[in-house]
Amino acid sequence: MNAELIMRLRGLIRKEALQILRDPSSIAIAFVMPVILLLIFGYGVSLDARRVPLALVCENPNRDTASFTAGFFQSPYFVPVRFGTVQEAEEAMRARMVDGIVWLRSDFSRRMLNGGNAAIGLLVNGVDANNARIIEGYLQQVWAVWLAKFDAAQGLPLRIPVQVDARVWFNPSVTSTDFLVPGLIAVIMTLTGALLTAMVVAREWERGTMEAVLVTPASIHEIILSKLIPYFVLGMGGMGLSVAMAVWLFGVPLRGSLWLLLASSSVFLLCALGMGLLISVVSKNQFVAGQIAIIVTFLPAFILSGFVFDIRSMPAAIELITHIVAARYFVTILQTLFLAGNVWRLIVPNILALVIMAGIFLGLARRASHKSLE
Amino acid sequence: MPADTRKPIDAALELKSVTKSFHTKGRTVRALDAVSVAVKHGIVTGLIGPDGAGKTTLMRLATGLLTPDQGTISVLNIDAVSQPQRVQSVVGYMPQRFGLYEDLSVKENLDLYSDLHAVPEADRASHYSDLMRMTGLAPFMRRLAGKLSGGMKQKLGLACSLVGTPPLLLLDEPTVGVDPVSRRELWAIIHRLVEERSATVLLSTAYLDEAERCNEVILLHEGKLLGQDEPAAFTRQLAGRSFHVFAPHMSKRALQERISQAPGVLDATIQGSRVRVVTEQAVVPTAEQIVGGAAPDMQIAPVAARFEDSFVALLKGSVDVPPTARAAPAFTAAAPSCTPSGEDVIVVRNLSRRFGDFYAVRDVSFTVGRGEVFGLLGANGAGKSTTFRMLCGLLPASEGTLRVAGVDLRSAAARARARVGYMAQKFSLYGDLSVGENLRFFSSAYRLEGGHQRERVEWALAEFELGPFADATSRDLPLGFKQRLALAVALMHEPDILFLDEPTSGVDPLGRREFWRRINALAERGITILVTTHFMEEAEYCDRLVIMAQGRILAQGTSEEMRTRFRSNALPNPTMEDAFVALIAAAENHQVGSAA
Amino acid sequence: MLHQIFALVVKELLAILKDVKSRMVLIGPPIIQLVVFGYAATYDLNHVPFAVYNEDRSQPSRDLVARFAEAPAFQEVAVIHSDVDVAPLIDKRKALMVLHIDRRFSRDLLGGVPGHVQLIMDGRNSNTALLVMGYANAIVTDFNTWWAARSGGDKPPATLDIRSRFNQNLQSQWFIVPGIVALLTQVVTLLVTALSVAREREAGTFDQLLVTPMRPIDILLGKSIPGLLIGSVEATFIIAAGVLWFGVPLRGGFVPLYLGLFLFLGSVIGIGLMISSLSVTQQQALLGTFLFMVPSIILSGFATPIANMPPLIQDITYLNPMRYFLVVVRGVFLEGASTRSLTPQYWPMLIIGLATLAIAGWLFRRRLY
Repeated sequence: MNAELIMRLRGLIRKEALQILRDPSSIAIAFVMPVILLLIFGYGVSLDARRVPLALVCENPNRDTASFTAGFFQSPYFVPVRFGTVQEAEEAMRARMVDGIVWLRSDFSRRMLNGGNAAIGLLVNGVDANNARIIEGYLQQVWAVWLAKFDAAQGLPLRIPVQVDARVWFNPSVTSTDFLVPGLIAVIMTLTGALLTAMVVAREWERGTMEAVLVTPASIHEIILSKLIPYFVLGMGGMGLSVAMAVWLFGVPLRGSLWLLLASSSVFLLCALGMGLLISVVSKNQFVAGQIAIIVTFLPAFILSGFVFDIRSMPAAIELITHIVAARYFVTILQTLFLAGNVWRLIVPNILALVIMAGIFLGLARRASHKSLE
Repeated sequence: MPADTRKPIDAALELKSVTKSFHTKGRTVRALDAVSVAVKHGIVTGLIGPDGAGKTTLMRLATGLLTPDQGTISVLNIDAVSQPQRVQSVVGYMPQRFGLYEDLSVKENLDLYSDLHAVPEADRASHYSDLMRMTGLAPFMRRLAGKLSGGMKQKLGLACSLVGTPPLLLLDEPTVGVDPVSRRELWAIIHRLVEERSATVLLSTAYLDEAERCNEVILLHEGKLLGQDEPAAFTRQLAGRSFHVFAPHMSKRALQERISQAPGVLDATIQGSRVRVVTEQAVVPTAEQIVGGAAPDMQIAPVAARFEDSFVALLKGSVDVPPTARAAPAFTAAAPSCTPSGEDVIVVRNLSRRFGDFYAVRDVSFTVGRGEVFGLLGANGAGKSTTFRMLCGLLPASEGTLRVAGVDLRSAAARARARVGYMAQKFSLYGDLSVGENLRFFSSAYRLEGGHQRERVEWALAEFELGPFADATSRDLPLGFKQRLALAVALMHEPDILFLDEPTSGVDPLGRREFWRRINALAERGITILVTTHFMEEAEYCDRLVIMAQGRILAQGTSEEMRTRFRSNALPNPTMEDAFVALIAAAENHQVGSAA
Repeated sequence: MLHQIFALVVKELLAILKDVKSRMVLIGPPIIQLVVFGYAATYDLNHVPFAVYNEDRSQPSRDLVARFAEAPAFQEVAVIHSDVDVAPLIDKRKALMVLHIDRRFSRDLLGGVPGHVQLIMDGRNSNTALLVMGYANAIVTDFNTWWAARSGGDKPPATLDIRSRFNQNLQSQWFIVPGIVALLTQVVTLLVTALSVAREREAGTFDQLLVTPMRPIDILLGKSIPGLLIGSVEATFIIAAGVLWFGVPLRGGFVPLYLGLFLFLGSVIGIGLMISSLSVTQQQALLGTFLFMVPSIILSGFATPIANMPPLIQDITYLNPMRYFLVVVRGVFLEGASTRSLTPQYWPMLIIGLATLAIAGWLFRRRLY
């Protein structure tokens, strides 16, 4: 009996493997899409503003203004461009040639020497609010450096009573690649685990091959297992590829244990596979399955997982919703394992949440599949 | 039906008053209505009926894939309702079409089903060679299933359902869409199985002529059992009621039209130059009776009854024949009958179509005259659809010339296309749109406007009795009405030429008769009709036809000419199918001869 | 001619709106995405959890801590007293930042030496870390000014007077919601057009259409106009929701906005019809749409600035129509941009639209069989 079971499983799995290798759209979803996403996110997407074009307006250029503006020319964050009047600079900002304006009025030097408090006008284009905030932060740094230099040159005591000494743990250079690429692994595994599985299983229903397999000695458990195993291997392959690219191509550190990463990925993958199977059994049509999978698995993994947008910034109602998004737990685990290390007390509860969700989805998928067409 | 044919103890498969309904969008369709049948061991039982008869539902119930609303089902003495998995483990099942993994090779498909049925590795080699010998697939073991021809796919499907050596085989329409030669081969395999392995086979089919190849027949129509018996028992009831009528001074279409309206006539169909008549009584009818007047030279000769005759008789005799099938109107505007004139409306010369280095159509030439009904016959993949698409301007020709009403439709101005009507193979109107919306859209597409457009939409609704369905979603129409709507769309703009691609596939025999009556009336009015079909019997309706195989024309002429070519002592009265099979055999011999 | 195209447009709209599935695609995802994106896609921080590790316990240090605790962006979640407590808080994400005040803080401060404040931040989300750093710096700067004024020392020679134009409070929503106009209009229009020909091919109705006297150009127009109509209705709905529900100001006129919208729709329809004429089945069309859509959204500037991308990728974004339309929508919404100032965005979309429609028309003729 056992030998027969193994033989049946082997047959079904071999068939599945051959189909994946021969179907261009499977290959597109399983291999091409992940590589494109990794390359785009690894190289293309960055939240770090560098080389911000900045308009400098010095209405009365002299030594004092030059000492201040020199900071912008030395900063790696800015590409300063000089403008004669503030109107011209505003024109340039409207034309999106510069992102901000530094405006030193004609009385800058005079007020500076007469008791200080010369105003340095700073105008930032606030359309991209995030970018604007980051630019403001950079500007403050430039100002602080200038002030310290000014005081030192004058032989005055420092006029900044409190100095901030910021230490960013896990990602000292604050590069967004280090935080985006690990999170992307969750998106990629959702792609193969849920989207591909949903479409492939729905295809069997659509083409009638499922009907032929149902009328064989294979039990429903064997049929489900034969779908889980190959796509599990494929999903883990996608994960391996992503981890390899993350570490070797993009130089993201992997501080936690690889085994823990494997274990948590397996649990998340089971969760995604469960969703994929459930969608396919319910829709039994590739087209509908594809659309549902994109809407309920892919988009949430992108937006509601904390992969790009910090969950802590979301309103309470939306934050509540994120608790039913499996990718949320996995993204936390990934970002922690890559950048922080084996933080057991954070990882264990998240893995437990994934185990529960995997159980629910696989259980529902099992209940929804019968060996009948009704 | 004789009661003694049902012996529950002997039955391999038994259904007792089984009812099964499906619910979709608030409608309930009763697919099977209190059906009781028993399938005997060791013979081939045919499950016969047109599309929508309930054949597939019965098959799926028998495999435990569906559960009945009422009734019991026992398969090899296992209760299929409570123990579907046990049934599924012992029967061999071949679902309708598909069922094969097209991106797997022949051997990989066989391996899969061998693994599923746990056939020991050691036995496989001999087992496979046995199956391959039977099906003739040995040279194609490494080919992908999707690249096989239709007939070979069905043979592979059959082989896959046989790997577990099941005692009971359930085959759902294995011969659909398969050319006559492959069909004969499939039947040979099935009969050999029954003889060599004493297997039991239940096979469903929509081809009525296949009934005669079964040991026993279950006849279904719209979910109801019409009868179960030996095929000969069905035709026996019709003994002495079938005749051939020939009137040299009358067009066969006009003759058929006259006869079909005569009292006491159940059925009148065209067969070559004659009309086949089935009467209500077993008495030779007189000319007076069937054409309502004296007809000199009219010859009336008795012929042997066919299974289709008994099916039509059963349907017309049963109470709930759909009214549409009974009152098939010929066109109300009865135009003067006209005979094909000499003018050639369609001219095809040395036409070829290549896909890569494969010739789908090679060196085809024929002409069609005005008012002629012209048939393109052949199996799937014979090149008739490719030829048809080139004629309609949907596909450019690689070589050769083609002219429809004097122009090539592909490069022709839009005006030329307005002279042509087109009815596609499967129902291909907008399923989400209502009947009225479809008619309005296509009439606009054919440049009808304003009052004239309204007039033609009204005409279509009235002529095809679609008025009550004007607001119904066309996807939900019964098949027969869909087909009428498709024909109405093709005729909205009063074309001179009508292209019909497999117009009657899946339609029951009564629907097919109604359809051809309309076509005949159009032809009588001088409209040129080009039709493709793989139903060999439909060749009889055509004035002239070509038979195609492997992209070439095998024969050209009238159906009578073709049948007489293959008349022999062994086959004194060959059917179109006999002629077709003989033609293919001759072509293959020729190939072998020229290769040697 | 016009009568035929009109009939085709009516048929196309009926087919889309009568089918439950395609109706769902038009109505469901846009609303869900509007809500989710509108609220979830934000970079604004509030209630950032932070822990206080104050070794100083003097009045000045308490003043500084109070400034953090009172700021709406921060929320104090823990007070710790030892170095060893720092790591667990950050590791377990209990706190995003630990504010560490040195034990010599007030002594230094009163002695005229800069006092040191250490911020320990969780860098797992680098963007959040940067923003938190910015907020913290602003609070410390305020404290400095206040302290300097109070202690009567010299004022700094110059101070910063930061203002942001167009979005005074730097709300992410004002940036994201106009972006959703572009995003959802693209998704819906692409799906409607990319699937339309493939659906007809699958159903066999395309042949039926081709044998009528309609010319390919008629069919192309008949397939484009429904996309244009549905896309503009969808965009108008989101624009209205953005203004009325999310309260994003619409400072510019409708002319520059809708001119941009129509050009954008034209180019998206062209791309959709290209995908459609290349695919035989609806599944292929869906996959093609997906393969185009994901990179086009990521490389549009919707969530991350194009200026931050490497030069090669920046060059690629010039082919992406959404890139230009995002500038138009945000420009009109927040900057009140005029048609003239947006001309550099209009003409690339016009060129992309004309090119893709021409290619789609050509593929259409080529792949009629």
